[in-house]
Amino acid sequence: MKNHVFRPLIVVIGIVLLILAARFVYVPKDFGSYERGYIYSWHRQGDENFWNKFTIKYQGKEYCKDCHEKNFTSINKSPHRIIICENCHGPAIDHPSEARSKLVIDKSREQCYRCHVKLPYPDTARGRIKGFLDPEQHNPGMECVTCHDPHDPKLGGA
Amino acid sequence: MLTRRNFLKYSLAGAAGLAVPATIKASTGTAPAAGTATDKRWVFLVDSTKCVGCGMCVKACKNENEVPYDANVSRTWVERYVVTKDGKVHADSPKAARDGFTTQTIDQGHHGKEIIKPADISKAFFVPKLCNHCENPACVQVCPVGATYQTKEGVVLVDRTWCIGCGYCIMACPYGVRFFHPVYHTAEKCTFCVHRLHAGLKPACVEACPFGARQIGNRNDPNDPVTKTILNNKVQVLKEEYGTKPQVYYLGLSMEVK
Amino acid sequence: MVHGEIWTMKELFTYPNEYIYWSVQIVMYPFMTGLVAGAFVLSSLYHVFGIKELKDIARFALVFSFALLFAAPMPIMLHLQHPFRGINVMMTPHFTSAIAAFGIVFFTYGAIVASELWFLYRKHFVDKALALREKQDKSFVEQLWYLLYGTLTLGSYDVSDEALHRDEKAIKVLAGIGIPVACFLHGYAGFIFGSVKANALWMTPLMPVIFIMSAIVSGIALCMLTYIVVMEIRKFMMKRSRKTWQQSLEEVKGAEMHVVKMTAKYLVLFLVLAITLEFLDLIFRGYTAVKSWDVLRSVIYERDFYDIFIMQYGIGNLVPLLLFLVPGLTIRRTILGVLLVLFGVFMMRWNVVIGGQAFSLTFAGYMHYLLPIVPHDWETAKEGLVGAVGIFVMPFVLFWFIAKVFPVFGETNKAH
Ligand code: HEC
Ligand code: HEC
Ligand code: HEC
Ligand code: HEC
Repeated sequence: MKNHVFRPLIVVIGIVLLILAARFVYVPKDFGSYERGYIYSWHRQGDENFWNKFTIKYQGKEYCKDCHEKNFTSINKSPHRIIICENCHGPAIDHPSEARSKLVIDKSREQCYRCHVKLPYPDTARGRIKGFLDPEQHNPGMECVTCHDPHDPKLGGA
Repeated sequence: MLTRRNFLKYSLAGAAGLAVPATIKASTGTAPAAGTATDKRWVFLVDSTKCVGCGMCVKACKNENEVPYDANVSRTWVERYVVTKDGKVHADSPKAARDGFTTQTIDQGHHGKEIIKPADISKAFFVPKLCNHCENPACVQVCPVGATYQTKEGVVLVDRTWCIGCGYCIMACPYGVRFFHPVYHTAEKCTFCVHRLHAGLKPACVEACPFGARQIGNRNDPNDPVTKTILNNKVQVLKEEYGTKPQVYYLGLSMEVK
Repeated sequence: MVHGEIWTMKELFTYPNEYIYWSVQIVMYPFMTGLVAGAFVLSSLYHVFGIKELKDIARFALVFSFALLFAAPMPIMLHLQHPFRGINVMMTPHFTSAIAAFGIVFFTYGAIVASELWFLYRKHFVDKALALREKQDKSFVEQLWYLLYGTLTLGSYDVSDEALHRDEKAIKVLAGIGIPVACFLHGYAGFIFGSVKANALWMTPLMPVIFIMSAIVSGIALCMLTYIVVMEIRKFMMKRSRKTWQQSLEEVKGAEMHVVKMTAKYLVLFLVLAITLEFLDLIFRGYTAVKSWDVLRSVIYERDFYDIFIMQYGIGNLVPLLLFLVPGLTIRRTILGVLLVLFGVFMMRWNVVIGGQAFSLTFAGYMHYLLPIVPHDWETAKEGLVGAVGIFVMPFVLFWFIAKVFPVFGETNKAH
């Protein structure tokens, strides 16, 4: 009974041991410091796989070549060749398949405004793209595609 | 591996741990992360003179990385700067420029819209922004649980199963690239599209940019065109003063850029 | 809806991902930890430095500090997007983060306070346990109490003078260790902010010290307030009942006033220190005027002028300072004074946490925080007025329960 002074300490040590035991069970085995040391890479290594295996959605332009040859070749002859198809049609993941037999066809004027609303900024690439300061002046209320083929904008024209 | 011994070591390092970063920084310097020469170190190059502000990169990033399309947050965004003849800087990035810049009015948030007469403009430019995947990421340093980390290829990632959602990393990032994912409620940020890099593809934003304003490269490869550009040209980084050593390099950056 | 969007009003040029991510609960967090640390330091002033005048309030402050200790992590829990993962801070601590120290410091501090309480109340536990052990046919409730007190003795029933003497020594030692730990507990809360280099308002090495000073101020103020309230209730009870008490009403009144006056002196001392440091920081920023100063100045002197200079420094610091310094202190004036001091410290936390997010990382835009008053979902409840008030009330409720096991008054004279 003499050393009762140390009893709280024993309780504290007990709790610490409990926490350490809990850690052993709770913390994934691949948790640790990796290449960048404790400061910059203290983590669960398995998570790197999660990100490495993340689903790829954008397939790239070459992917469309074989099936949509017409659009592919025509766009490549036009100034729009720099724009990948998926920018206008959305990610082609699962296309073509039952889930996504067709891709989005966005005929909205806004789609074209992104580049063709002229912004009066001197010496910028944007200022040099052909377009209109006020797009509502250029055939308002009509879809651009009625007159322009986005895959071959130069040839189109009313 | 995490052993008890390790744990004790770290626990003892407790107070000291807070002081450690400075010393490590010094030893790492600007040299590539520890590893062999075959290791990659991804870096990004933005040519802000080529950007037209179409926002295709933002659209692609959101689609590719499952960031809710209509949420007002984004892993990457484009800023517009309009400098008027009186020297004033007017800047905005409405909806992170997801739909591009389609009007001349500047979005000043609650302050309203600002209309600038074309005659008053002295210069203007667009600046794409994304995570800088810093050599000394302040966000990683402050994560209390080890839920965000840097891989050996220099990419800073977030572990969605381990993040507690305290927001400290969001506060610590001087570039404002982090936010809470509206679905997972964990810290969210650009990954340089590592999943694409590992498949030999370019990041979605790089792929989507029609004007070649965005490029990715391997800094450890001296023949990489991006590495060459960085070494041979006048490049800049953002907010150098924070000592984070950002790894997104800019060509043609103007001093007005925040 | 993105977290933070609902209560953030953005103005001029801000980055798209910027919102007020650290809302009212992060204001409550240092406020509550500050109260814990302050209450503990107050109790230690008596135990360690033997400042006799504080004897009465010391024991009370310690128990209260214990109650506050449980309430302190609650704001964080309400703030976290994944509260159930909060345990990760203990499981995989990343000590280069100031928040990771929380687990260790908080635990150490809790252990010290609990141990100190144990030594202080050991005799009480033994007495109770023995009394209940004697008693035949205990009711179910008494059984439970017996179990509780039996456990609380930790198996040590030695209450000889020698043993009690050793208890007192242990208390002294623990209180001694406790002061730096309490300061560390709160200093680190300041460090959480002070070390964020991305935030121009937060980043200053003075932040931890400023936090400690205002913590002590608020802790003392809250202890005084609660002490006065409890004493008033006692006086009220004495007047009502005809039972004979150990002390006369006059004696209690005199003792109360004495304690209050003594404590008020320490309050004023720490308050002056806190204000001095804050102004040092402000002057230094204005004088050095680095890149961020333009936007900081516009926040401090224009946008948040009312919150900072009127609410915090004026009503929260200057007025109470005058109230305490004008001679002839009365209980009523003290109550007003400490309430204002508490308010002032809260405003200081507010101006640091919310003020630090009032300007954008671009230094060219602002964000305004609209505190959700009426909750319409879980998020606006927990990170709104409701959550904040809930957190503030919590320690008092806890205190009520804890005081059942650790009687604060009543047996004061018998035990020591
Ligand atoms: C394996 C062949 C294949 C590939 C590769 C492919 N598609 Fe398709 N695509 C199809 C088929 C088949 C249809 C369905 C045609 C139909 O039902 O009328 C279709 C439909 C579409 C449609 C809708 C046409 C309409 O009339 O509604 C669009 C737009 C489209 N594809 C775009 C693309 C793009 C962009 C790519 C490249 C990223 C691509 N596709 C790659 C086979 C393919
Ligand atoms: C600038 C945006 C844009 C780009 C880039 C673009 N498209 Fe289209 N695409 C459209 C629009 C708008 C339509 C709807 C045309 C219409 O209805 O007349 C369309 C229609 C289509 C269709 C439907 C049938 C047709 O020919 O009208 C297919 C298939 C298609 N695109 C494939 C492609 C492929 C493959 C590419 C890349 C080589 C591509 N598109 C690039 C905007 C674009
Ligand atoms: C990503 C930007 C972008 C988008 C989106 C875009 N374009 Fe273009 N467009 C260009 C560029 C660049 C040119 C090249 C000509 C130039 O430099 O002015 C061009 C050229 C054209 C031209 C030919 C101008 C000439 O040279 O006579 C037309 C017409 C056109 N686009 C129509 C459209 C239509 C319709 C849409 C919407 C479906 C669209 N564009 C969407 C970038 C874009
Ligand atoms: C009614 C048919 C019609 C519609 C609808 C239409 N355009 Fe045109 N567009 C023309 C004709 C005709 C020209 C060539 C004559 C001219 O310069 O006005 C032209 C020219 C252009 C040019 C080249 C301008 C230049 O400076 O050389 C661009 C770019 C263009 N259109 C984009 C668009 C976009 C974007 C839309 C949708 C918002 C659109 N057009 C809608 C008929 C149309």
